[in-house]
Amino acid sequence: MDSANNAARSFNKVIEILDRYDRNASKIIPILQSVQEEYRYLPQEVLTFVATSLNVSPARLYGVATFYSHFSLEPKGKHILKMCDGTACHVRGSSAVIDALRDKLGLSAKKITTDDMLFTFETVSCLGACGLAPVLVVDEAIHGQVTPEVALQLLDEIVQKEQQHA
Amino acid sequence: MKSDKIIYINDRPIVWDGETNVLSLARKAHIEIPTFCYHSELSVYGACRLCLVEIEGRGLVTSCSTIPFEGMKVYTHTEQIIKMRKTIVEMLLANHDQACPTCSRSNDCKLRDLSTKLGIDKIRYRKTRQPKAMDMMSDCLVRDPNKCVLCGDCVRFCSEVQGIGAIDFAHRGEGVIVTPAYGKSLAHVDCVNCGQCAAVCPTGAIVVKSQSEQVWQQVHNKTKTVVAQVAPAVRVALGEMFNLPSGEITTGKMVAALRMIGFNKVFDTSYAADLTVIEEANELLSRKTKGENLPIFTSCCPAWVKFAEQSYPGLLNNLSSCRSPQQMFGALAKARLPQTLGVTKEDLCVVAIMPCTAKKYEANRKEFTTDGIADVDFVLTTQELGKMIKEAGIDFNSLEPESMDLPMGFASGAGVIFGNSGGVSEAVLRYAADKLQIPMPESIVLQEVRGTSGIREAEVETAVGTLRMAVVHGLKNAAILADQVVNGTANYDVIEVMACPGGCIGGAGQPIACESNTRQQRNQAIYNADKIMPLHRAQDNPFIDEIYQTLLHEPNSHKAHEMLHTQYRSRKRIEDEETSFSAPSKEERCKIRVCIGTSCFLRGAQEILAATLKTVEDNAWHNRFDIAATFCTELCDLGPTIVINGEIIHRARLEDVKSRIQSEASLREK
Ligand code: SF4
Ligand code: SF4
Ligand code: FES
Ligand code: FES
Repeated sequence: MDSANNAARSFNKVIEILDRYDRNASKIIPILQSVQEEYRYLPQEVLTFVATSLNVSPARLYGVATFYSHFSLEPKGKHILKMCDGTACHVRGSSAVIDALRDKLGLSAKKITTDDMLFTFETVSCLGACGLAPVLVVDEAIHGQVTPEVALQLLDEIVQKEQQHA
Repeated sequence: MKSDKIIYINDRPIVWDGETNVLSLARKAHIEIPTFCYHSELSVYGACRLCLVEIEGRGLVTSCSTIPFEGMKVYTHTEQIIKMRKTIVEMLLANHDQACPTCSRSNDCKLRDLSTKLGIDKIRYRKTRQPKAMDMMSDCLVRDPNKCVLCGDCVRFCSEVQGIGAIDFAHRGEGVIVTPAYGKSLAHVDCVNCGQCAAVCPTGAIVVKSQSEQVWQQVHNKTKTVVAQVAPAVRVALGEMFNLPSGEITTGKMVAALRMIGFNKVFDTSYAADLTVIEEANELLSRKTKGENLPIFTSCCPAWVKFAEQSYPGLLNNLSSCRSPQQMFGALAKARLPQTLGVTKEDLCVVAIMPCTAKKYEANRKEFTTDGIADVDFVLTTQELGKMIKEAGIDFNSLEPESMDLPMGFASGAGVIFGNSGGVSEAVLRYAADKLQIPMPESIVLQEVRGTSGIREAEVETAVGTLRMAVVHGLKNAAILADQVVNGTANYDVIEVMACPGGCIGGAGQPIACESNTRQQRNQAIYNADKIMPLHRAQDNPFIDEIYQTLLHEPNSHKAHEMLHTQYRSRKRIEDEETSFSAPSKEERCKIRVCIGTSCFLRGAQEILAATLKTVEDNAWHNRFDIAATFCTELCDLGPTIVINGEIIHRARLEDVKSRIQSEASLREK
């Protein structure tokens, strides 16, 4: 597989997405959502392209993209871990899990993606699953009542799998 | 139909005469209500909440966004209102970088003014926002987010009047900031440097980048000969900085002050404007006769020129090739003055004094350097000159008027009305009328192009057919006409464009206007200045005649083109790093780059890209081709642009690209 051709092909996807929403500027949010699904983040060039296609200024689109925490302007890792730090989770010890994971991955509140682009670790406020607190989401899969040990074990499983593939 | 509707403000009756909000009514009742986010020329935003008033039966409302009703009872300074206003200002101050004594907006800062007026003597709140980096990279403006009160005036001016939207709100909560796209510098985005954002900013969060220190250095350097060229609009606004009424013509005092500061010669940009009139009118008449590249767009406004370069690459041939008066002056000064003044070219320093911030950018354009030396070395705004006069301790108001130096200090009224929107058109017509033998008085007044509306039109019958002229100010208006030209629905011969409201007199380098009618007064003063001048037509200026005799030969001559004309290039809106689409290339593969910048995209680049990918895929040629999409190669007018192994293909057509791929494929192994 050829990554340059891939990239150009997925650029065609952006055009498909724009067409799907009739290049309608009032559909900015779903458009950005679909674009982010395609790239896992919102690359600057793509944002500028979307802005000009929708006839809004790049600065305005940048404003929309940065307003919603759901959108990311930085490339994200292959695996995304989200730890809830909402009230319920916090009370039940989410901080310890956060510290353990950051420590292990060499990340911080500012640096959220590992240099090898394998992991992105973010905290979120309330995932609406307070009954399971504290909650960790690993690539969309929800894990409840997580302790630092459990979290590190989940991480380890992914690393093992990646090494087998490599 | 006028029925007297009465509204009570602080229990005193006032006639409601169609005012659209309570704020204007209060102002009519001589009550000044503080505002940050209200600007009469922009949409109502209603976010700062400073303009709170109490309305009986409704409680507290923002007066800027409240529509009056008959019998309404408004209270403007209840105990609660005063308390709330103080709190709002205190909270703003808590997060405001309070470097007031060193801030260039110190004298006309609304926040500072308000804090004094409300008697705020301490700040009871803690800073909640993180300090943010300043943007110093633009040639014209400096942004300091730490002084921003988030009123959004700049954002709305840029998008509503200029139609650009180079800056906007980003992020949320405590992190909200007004910024260009991707947190870049204004220098690297679609900002055209008009500076109007700085003019509407109530604080010093966006200010003009000053060059006065550099100019002082030149003045103090005894080996340098420093000459000034002063734009027409400066003379009708400089006085405002010394509390003279706006619109007072202070040319003579200004010349005296410049000499006292240490300028060796003082010249008039209007002299070069006379030259612009002649060059541009001849360009127009020749295009009109040949019927090509019409309409001609004027090119004196550097903000408009950059706007056209980034948004209308297909219209660049319609722009007049004439340099602006500032740059014509610079080229002539650097060519002739060293000899006349007996100095080397290196020791001659040309300082332009302009009502405009974008002129700083223009002076730095690489087209305007000759043998590595800039034609114009420094550009000062009216404000910067005013400050230099104050720094030097000169008592401006009591100066005896002096006159400018010859020959380049002599101008006709045609060169002076350039300061107003509509002035260029009128000046060109005064010249053309003579050439085309249209019976008109010398100081013809073209009523249709005077006035203040955003788009104005005039038609004049001539020997070469009807001349259809349009005059616009504000780039959003310019875009309306440019779009019509692009889609073929406009029928004009000349379109004059000025980015700033009212033309150069409303430039962002002018003193911050405190009165609502300041612009009208400056506008009138420019026309008055024309009236009292001995000559009104560019062709009557004897020194212009002389320059054609001795140097330029005739209008639009080869020499004139070399010195007074220029070229434009398409320009991308956002500067970015190499595109993310290209992957590490393998040398042996054929590299194809398809530009999908806006302009190429509109011309069918997408189809070409899709077809190219399909061909490669259908034939499983992945190891022979390396295909990527790239963004704007700045060759928009020749698009779609495709680069195959380093070779640029302009106006690429699908069939050609396909056959090229076939032949490249046959050259390579499987
Ligand atoms: S200088 Fe003009 S174009 Fe640039 S951001 Fe300010 S208002 Fe917009
Ligand atoms: S930069 Fe000035 S005009 Fe713009 S939002 Fe901030 S305070 Fe208001
Ligand atoms: S607080 Fe964690 S899921 Fe609600
Ligand atoms: S001026 Fe009315 S809310 Fe800002």
